[in-house]
Amino acid sequence: MADAVDMAIVDKGIDDSIGKLTPERIESVIRRVLDKESGARLQVYVETCVRCGLCAEACHTYLSRDKDPDYSPVAKVKATLWEMTRRNGRVDGPFLRNAARIAFTECGTCRRCSMYCPFGIDIAYLLSTVRRICALLGIVPQYMQDTTNAHSVASNQMWIQQDDWIDALMWQEEEACAELPGALIPLDKEGADVMYSVIAPEAKILAQLIGNMAILMKAAKVDWTMPSADGWDNSNMAMFSGDYEIMGRVERAHWERAVQLRVKRVVMGECGHAFRGAVYDGPKWLGWRGPPIPMVHAVEFYYELLSTGRLKIARKITEPVTLQDPCNIVRGRGLHDKLRYVVRALCEDFRDMDPRDEHNFCCAAGGGVINCGPPWKLSRLKSIRVKAEQLAATKAHTVITPCHNCHSGIEDIIGHYKLGMHTKFVNELLVKCIEMPGS
Amino acid sequence: MYPYHVPLVWTAFIALFAGLSYRLVSMARLAAREKTVLPTLDAKYGARSILHWVIPFNSRNMRMRPLFTVVSFAFHICLLATPLLLMGHAVLWKTAWGLRWWSLPPVVADATTLVVIAGGVFFLLRRIAAPEVRKVTAVSDFLLVLLVISPFLTGFVARMQWFRSSIPYSTMITIHIVAGALWLAAIPFTRLSHMLWFVFSRAYMGSEFGAIRRARDW
Amino acid sequence: MVNPSNWDWSPGRKLVADVNDAGPDFVVRELAVSPDGERLAAAVQNGDTHHIRVNGQLEPQEYEKAWHLRYSPDGRLTALVRRNDQWSVLVDGQVWEEQFDYAWNTKFSPSGSIGVQFKRDMRYSVAIDGTPWEQSFLSCRDFAMSDDGQSAAATVQVEALPEADIFKFLQGTWSIAVDGKAWDRKFLNAYTPRFSANREHVAAQVRLDLFEYTAAVDGTPWESRFGCIWEPTFRPDRADLLVPIRVDGGWTLAENGKPIWNRKYVQLWNQRLSPDGRRVAAVVATSYGRWTVAVDDVPWKLTFGNLVAAPVFSADGHHVAATIRTDAQWSVAVDGAVWPAVFDMAWEPVLSPDGSAVAARVETGGRHALAVNGVVWRPRFDRLWDPVFSSDGKKLLVRGIDDGRYHRQVLPVQEVIG
Ligand code: HEM
Ligand code: HEM
Ligand code: SF4
Ligand code: SF4
Repeated sequence: MADAVDMAIVDKGIDDSIGKLTPERIESVIRRVLDKESGARLQVYVETCVRCGLCAEACHTYLSRDKDPDYSPVAKVKATLWEMTRRNGRVDGPFLRNAARIAFTECGTCRRCSMYCPFGIDIAYLLSTVRRICALLGIVPQYMQDTTNAHSVASNQMWIQQDDWIDALMWQEEEACAELPGALIPLDKEGADVMYSVIAPEAKILAQLIGNMAILMKAAKVDWTMPSADGWDNSNMAMFSGDYEIMGRVERAHWERAVQLRVKRVVMGECGHAFRGAVYDGPKWLGWRGPPIPMVHAVEFYYELLSTGRLKIARKITEPVTLQDPCNIVRGRGLHDKLRYVVRALCEDFRDMDPRDEHNFCCAAGGGVINCGPPWKLSRLKSIRVKAEQLAATKAHTVITPCHNCHSGIEDIIGHYKLGMHTKFVNELLVKCIEMPGS
Repeated sequence: MYPYHVPLVWTAFIALFAGLSYRLVSMARLAAREKTVLPTLDAKYGARSILHWVIPFNSRNMRMRPLFTVVSFAFHICLLATPLLLMGHAVLWKTAWGLRWWSLPPVVADATTLVVIAGGVFFLLRRIAAPEVRKVTAVSDFLLVLLVISPFLTGFVARMQWFRSSIPYSTMITIHIVAGALWLAAIPFTRLSHMLWFVFSRAYMGSEFGAIRRARDW
Repeated sequence: MVNPSNWDWSPGRKLVADVNDAGPDFVVRELAVSPDGERLAAAVQNGDTHHIRVNGQLEPQEYEKAWHLRYSPDGRLTALVRRNDQWSVLVDGQVWEEQFDYAWNTKFSPSGSIGVQFKRDMRYSVAIDGTPWEQSFLSCRDFAMSDDGQSAAATVQVEALPEADIFKFLQGTWSIAVDGKAWDRKFLNAYTPRFSANREHVAAQVRLDLFEYTAAVDGTPWESRFGCIWEPTFRPDRADLLVPIRVDGGWTLAENGKPIWNRKYVQLWNQRLSPDGRRVAAVVATSYGRWTVAVDDVPWKLTFGNLVAAPVFSADGHHVAATIRTDAQWSVAVDGAVWPAVFDMAWEPVLSPDGSAVAARVETGGRHALAVNGVVWRPRFDRLWDPVFSSDGKKLLVRGIDDGRYHRQVLPVQEVIG
């Protein structure tokens, strides 16, 4: 049985909106999504699934909740999409309330289960389709909807005003120059080799990450730039809330900014879901088969700088570290080997987790789950005991998390399960370890 | 075979092939409407994925469940090989169309038949015993497995000439042929169509993982 | 309006300024070149102070910051500058009297007006030519000026939104303000205000409900509603409004609320009008991942895989060109044909008035060059600015830096295309 405490969680975004729905509206929205917005993929997936349950073992939610069958991937689809299909959209409020909880908070669309299903059924896609239905019906967890609203207004996920953004960049330039003279942040530099794009938390709460990047760029002599205007944040909660129109708008703004600046490529900061939004989901909805200009994730960029000797390591981190593979850059881009190259270059005592690489467990924060906010925090942490056990087994002090979601998610896990570790971005270790020019 | 079996057999084969073609064509149409699906399919990575998933113990999940993997592969291999390579069927192919090919020695065929039946029983028990499977199981899932093993059961009974005192051989054969016909005809229209879609769902996932996300999917 | 006929069009090359002549103490942060090519401006930094330098002459003022160096179309030099923690706009050596807590996003009207967004006392607004609107707002994220610079319209937040209040958001907190006065109607979002040529009308994208978009003109939304839309454009000769709309998962072009194109595209955006307003060109995706330009609903046969940038019309409206990227290389496509040469980068094409010559700056192997009708002119540059055609289309003004020196050069187009 699904956890009774979680089932009772009240979220304004879901509970207050459900009452306003009429049966006609529900039916017409579900049928629109099933008949018009979906097609062969959905049909094949629903029909092919032989209900073998082999996907269960893949899911951290299922494993962390004592293998409660309600949390297996296929059970989540059964409780949501299959029923909607079977009843041809004629479902009621309580059903939708349950479906929204499952789709938004009990699946992080991490896609691990697709690697365990012998048919490669994309459960994350099916549950995203449920999210889409919920979004069209206006039932989205409050905090996630608020983030989507921020994207729609500000083209970034934290309502950051345009002047605050520029100010943060200028401030970080000063900070970086204090560490390494000449570590400038060139704004809107047309034709630069690299445009660096970040997500809003870097401007609002983790600004030093931008300063760090300025130091790394200077040390590696990279011709780079950052945009001073909207389009700098390509993170995308709208992608997870099911508001594909806003998702598309945000990604369009980002890519058009890059095209306008005529940069050769975009380096995405240490964020997995933003990478996913900019490389897959956004372009796909907009009609691009891939990003119109190449994009590399920071991990790949660091790998490039280190392996070509453009950045040299002067000293290594000695305390034991472990590494969280972010879903969106391992299952999403196969960067696990490069990531380990970087980590080994920086750390003497690296203790890997198991399972790892494409088979990593999600941090349970991804896929928008952490953005569902405080009401769901405890539920999220219950869903990720496996990660806590994995972390504890390494006995590391530092967990390297090259993704904002992983960073916050693991931070929460450490706190909740009292692991006594701390998290770091690769960028924070790099600035400590590299050889500074002129020193 | 009796003359009255002939239309039944024909109907079953027509249902199978016409059904599969129909499903394929209408699904292709549907896929074309969903503009991103067909362009995403990638021959190389699609094939890579299929290949990796038809080799026993090649995926992590197969290694994590050795018993299931053995049963599943044995079940499927025997399930496909037995009817095609069966002496009792070969005779029919020959008399109908003059087609001939190699047949399994009868004892082997008996064994493969039993493997399928045993596999089916295993799946049935698993549906009851494993909570994560029971959770998503409906009556139709049991019926489907029963349908799948029914030609094997009836064929075996006929061959062994069991229960001859109560059921004449010819009746048993008729029952067998009805079961076989249902079996064939059910493939395109039930979840047994996974035989057809397996190739496509795997190829799609393989293309996404390989060509777009540059990762492995096994 | 700028009139290039008054510029010096006598063929020849002249050295205008040395980029680094201020010495090693100065870091050159930004460069800008005047439209006529006669001046090279630099924003330079010496320790904590920022300065502006034009043609090697350091201007006397010092700033805490000076950035966003831009020449207006009529050749005035602007920058965003900070002194005593207050921001303002520097125009040809003079800083506006008005000071702001922040000022950014300098824009120019074709007539030469200069506008910025600003923040003062945590309120947001717009200032044109040194005069701020009287009204200010909770936020402001974009603005546009009329062609004559007499009016401005901005996307503004007109209702406060308590933290995470998703219900109030649904009632509408954004609108468009024209010359400081907000439209009566509030929207979930309002984007991209645009003026009609005669400045009598303002249009914008508006979002009426979470999944309901349309265009609004002077505060009144169109009757028809769409799943999504992109930015509107007025026909230059009249007040008819063109908007890309998404209907049943496909895109087409609408005018005044009704589809005027018949084809459905996987994508359609960046529509541009010929100067006479008769022809419309837009970037379209004809199938997933295949991009091209459609002119009056007829897509070019040739399609491109990575991207097609906004199309550009020749002054006579007969020719259309656009930057494209396909198979990871950049080039320029003109009237449905693509230049045979490919580049590491290509900038927006510039068309001669009759469209017979198309020029663009391009980059190969880290060096910049000028290409005309697909032919690459031999000289290489560290940096180039967009070329400018003379009004007869026979000559080209080339503005480029090579070996640290900025030159202005006028050359006959024939010299490049031979
Ligand atoms: C639809 C037309 C079919 C006909 C006319 C037919 C006919 C026969 C005949 C005549 C026998 C021989 C019995 C004996 O040896 O005395 C037989 C055996 C058998 N048939 Fe079929 N069959 C059909 C379909 C199928 C199908 C679809 C399957 C399985 C999927 C199947 C599986 C078997 C098996 C397993 C045996 C017994 C094998 C053994 O233990 O040797 N048959 N069938
Ligand atoms: C060559 C094509 C086929 C492929 C690739 C295939 C693949 C699979 C896979 C991957 C499963 C999931 C569980 C497992 O691994 O056992 C499965 C289950 C199953 N298959 Fe197939 N299959 C094929 C043909 C068939 C046919 C022709 C039948 C019968 C008509 C069949 C009957 C079944 C049954 C009954 C199950 C259900 C197991 C359960 O109840 O859990 N398969 N198949
Ligand atoms: S959380 Fe991951 S493994 Fe679990 S159902 Fe969702 S996509 Fe599958
Ligand atoms: S593993 Fe695949 S086929 Fe089996 S139950 Fe899960 S989704 Fe269905």
